[in-house]
Amino acid sequence: MSELTGAKILGFGGYQPDKVVTNDDLSKLVDTSDEWIRSRVGIKSRRVARDDETVADMAEAAGAKALAACGLEPSEIDLVIVATCSPETPLPNVAATVAYRLGIPAPGAYDLNAACAGFCYAIGAAADSVRAGSARNVLVIGAEKMTSWIDWTDRSTCIIFADGAGAAVVGATAPGEPSGIGPVVWGSAGDQADKITVSGRTGTLAQDGQGVFRWATTAMAPVALEACRRAGVTPADITAFIPHQANLRIIEAIAKKLGIPRDRLADDIITAGNTSSASVPLALAAMSEQGRLQPGTPALLIAFGAGLSYASQVITVP
Amino acid sequence: MTDQEILSGLAEIIEEIAGTPADEVTPAANFVDDLDIDSLSMVEIAVAAQDKFGVEIPDEQLKDLKTVQDVVNFVSKNS
Repeated sequence: MSELTGAKILGFGGYQPDKVVTNDDLSKLVDTSDEWIRSRVGIKSRRVARDDETVADMAEAAGAKALAACGLEPSEIDLVIVATCSPETPLPNVAATVAYRLGIPAPGAYDLNAACAGFCYAIGAAADSVRAGSARNVLVIGAEKMTSWIDWTDRSTCIIFADGAGAAVVGATAPGEPSGIGPVVWGSAGDQADKITVSGRTGTLAQDGQGVFRWATTAMAPVALEACRRAGVTPADITAFIPHQANLRIIEAIAKKLGIPRDRLADDIITAGNTSSASVPLALAAMSEQGRLQPGTPALLIAFGAGLSYASQVITVP
Repeated sequence: MTDQEILSGLAEIIEEIAGTPADEVTPAANFVDDLDIDSLSMVEIAVAAQDKFGVEIPDEQLKDLKTVQDVVNFVSKNS
């Protein structure tokens, strides 16, 4: 990996709500079936937050796990970024509340909305903050309660989205140590803003599934390739590919285009659903628990969604 | 490009994406009823067809292309 950067991922962790909703459960709400959902989106079951469980609650739980994983004291965190597009209200932000609850004393704290792409945007912003000396360590969290923005009578969306949170701590590399976070390749396509929307204060999520499918399966592989190139690696070097868990067919198609074998592809969507900005860190945590990550080797992240917006980078597995 | 060339190119694409043996991809075959191809696979086929034939098949056109011959005609007319 290139010597440009001095930031790396120190540790990560995920939190999922207890409640499991199966495809059979959904087939009692809308006209669908287990077979239809598995063949179209690859999901078998997903997690749904309790009514009284907030985005901040889930963010706090994931953040605590990431802090524990890297062994830092709360006082060593200078910045908290929460990537989310589904907070209960726009004010106050989630980040300051979570920082306070985790005992992090008065850090910079902001929420970042790049929808499903949010976590990779936040990792990019965190790495830049560490490199520039704006923060020693950054707690990055992706947290979503997508189900609070879902129309449970819309069978094209209620089968896809789910809840959860994942977090990572970004810190500095030791002198002489190679960079552990490659340059972020990010971008947007605002001309396609109408493909995924929530209309108005009482609206629910609407998606042009076919249009998003076409965009993601054609436009994202080149972005991932560019992220590899800028990190100085090739897809053949990638030991774990962790795309936003949008739809199993989308991510299998991207992996195929990149020539990355199926066994290196994160497939957490099967039991976690699409948790928007939480999906990349949740999938990272799941692969780790399954023994599918090799510390010290390059993993490729890419996330994409409403905006449309996207971001990708190569990280070194901590 | 002749219709026969488009048909054989399309059969290769469908075999690759949906696993349907190329010899089952006959002009009269209906994507949904005969070839068991869903709407997302149709998008993948359209994208692959664009790469192969240089003809874009937009989503709004795609829903009207019910049979293999419909796609052959569309590509032939727009190439």
